[in-house]
Amino acid sequence: MTTTVVTHADRQRNTGGSGPHRPASFSDVARSEWVKLTSVRSTWITLTVTVLLGVGVGTLISGLAASRYSTDQHLHQSWDPTSVSFRALVIAQLAIAVLGTLVITSEYGTGLIRTSLAAVPSRRRFLAAKATVFSAVALVVGEVTAFVAFLLGQAAIGTSAPHANLGQPGVLRAVIGAGLYLAAIGLLSVGIGTLLRNTAAGISAMVALLFVLPGLVQALPSSWANAITEWWPTQAGSQVYALHGGAHTLSAWAGFAVLIAFNAVVFGFAQWMLVRRDA
Amino acid sequence: MIEISHLTKRYGTTVAVDDLSFRVEPGKVTGFLGPNGAGKTTTMRAVLGLDVPASGTVTIDGRHYRDLPVPLREVGALLDAKALHGGRSAAKHLQALALSNGIPLSRVDEVLQMVGLQGVARRRAGGFSLGMSQRLGVAAALLGDPGIVMFDEPVNGLDPEGILWIRELMRDLASEGRTVLVSSHLMSEMALTADHLIVIGRGRLIADTSISDFIQAGSVSQTLVRSRDDALLASRLSQAGLSVRPGDAGGLVCSGPGIERIGDIALEARVALDELTPIRASLEEAFMELTRNSVDYVASTPGGAHGSRPATHSEGASEKQSEFSEEAYR
Repeated sequence: MTTTVVTHADRQRNTGGSGPHRPASFSDVARSEWVKLTSVRSTWITLTVTVLLGVGVGTLISGLAASRYSTDQHLHQSWDPTSVSFRALVIAQLAIAVLGTLVITSEYGTGLIRTSLAAVPSRRRFLAAKATVFSAVALVVGEVTAFVAFLLGQAAIGTSAPHANLGQPGVLRAVIGAGLYLAAIGLLSVGIGTLLRNTAAGISAMVALLFVLPGLVQALPSSWANAITEWWPTQAGSQVYALHGGAHTLSAWAGFAVLIAFNAVVFGFAQWMLVRRDA
Repeated sequence: MIEISHLTKRYGTTVAVDDLSFRVEPGKVTGFLGPNGAGKTTTMRAVLGLDVPASGTVTIDGRHYRDLPVPLREVGALLDAKALHGGRSAAKHLQALALSNGIPLSRVDEVLQMVGLQGVARRRAGGFSLGMSQRLGVAAALLGDPGIVMFDEPVNGLDPEGILWIRELMRDLASEGRTVLVSSHLMSEMALTADHLIVIGRGRLIADTSISDFIQAGSVSQTLVRSRDDALLASRLSQAGLSVRPGDAGGLVCSGPGIERIGDIALEARVALDELTPIRASLEEAFMELTRNSVDYVASTPGGAHGSRPATHSEGASEKQSEFSEEAYR
């Protein structure tokens, strides 16, 4: 293969002497993270799966629930068409959590992290840029999933049961909240992934946080179980897309604030560890 | 210039780098040599701020790496060619790196051209051969047109053409006035590229010398002598103050001054000579001699004489071998 060597001196002449270059900024790193995020297949796969699960399974559940509504009188009491169309978020959140984990753990898995941190020695800036870009993408995909799942879900309910619309009290907040919740869960997995630095460990930890630990709580005495259910970050956070709070639940925004506060604590710790540890 | 001052790095209880100090000067290729596990990679990681040293400092033209406003403009490094996301194309990998340092994207095409990868720029880097990955790593290192470049074992796993290319590249970079630090565990490779040598073993500095001084100091000059009467000649040589021992394959091995003196002594003793051959230790042997006590992983040969260096009974053979390998790469 032929090689052309452009000399150091040539280049310095071309760029107008050896004058200092503009210092790299946060937005440079954010643009870099955007290219990284959009240039691997796993991003498109996990985002597509998030939407497909949230919308597809949500619509299916809505249709099935509506057809049971006409035959099952017990459903009439607690019928909440908004919540019905969001039931699939329980599964969809796992897909976005996988992406959130991969965004950082794939760098450790491949060794790319060392190239990345040599290019961006400020590890705080590196993590902040990564989290910001991921959050923006996760929020857009989360809101799209939420709105489409709601609209198709209500359409699937059709005339066989009462359905909701965005003009009803609290419904718009719940739909927007569903998107926010998905983005917050994704972001949480970026933080967990940064702490654990391993894809399998990160995803396992997210499964434990989302499903296993809340499930185990049911084995505890009810006074404990109720308090933990109320304050468990991922469960508290899910109140933001519930139309009506149940017993032992925080209000929508208070619950979401608990999840955000938990995210902040995880990120604070993740950042501290990232700065301290060898890459 | 890279300046490493009293650098110490521990992993748990293992001391990887132990109070290491040296400078890497611009305008020449500095070879960073040591056996596997000597601490070369650890030192390079410390230069890039990837590993936090237990004590000591590393500065780049007087500044800490983390304080460089545009790091890729100052230091380009290739530590591990496979340290990239296999699912990302070569072009996207370089674009992400360029953007992070505010380097114009046009530079990506330039470096791809330089390393000869423009034809596979859109292919996923995971499918690259080791040689192609090394080229991509070099492209990444040159992205910011840095004044300092560091390559960790760049010729590992390369074919002869690739080795030649890396060697010329390093020489060119140094001749452009850049600081070039290249690590290797192969002395023969360093002999062909480096102007200056930093030799470390078990994390400690063993030698910091120009390549010519190293060759001078390391080469044990000995002479193989064959004659019609080795016994007589041996006693005369000993009387003359030369150290003589029987050669492994017959004859005498004489260490000390040059062959003229041996010829004179043989003439005086009236012993006819059949052979008078200078034995020069290869660079590889000089290097092994230097680092013999600092090798972490020593393979013992079953049934072989324990503790004896292979070079002592096969000087000729190893000399030939290293010549052969150098020729193959040329």
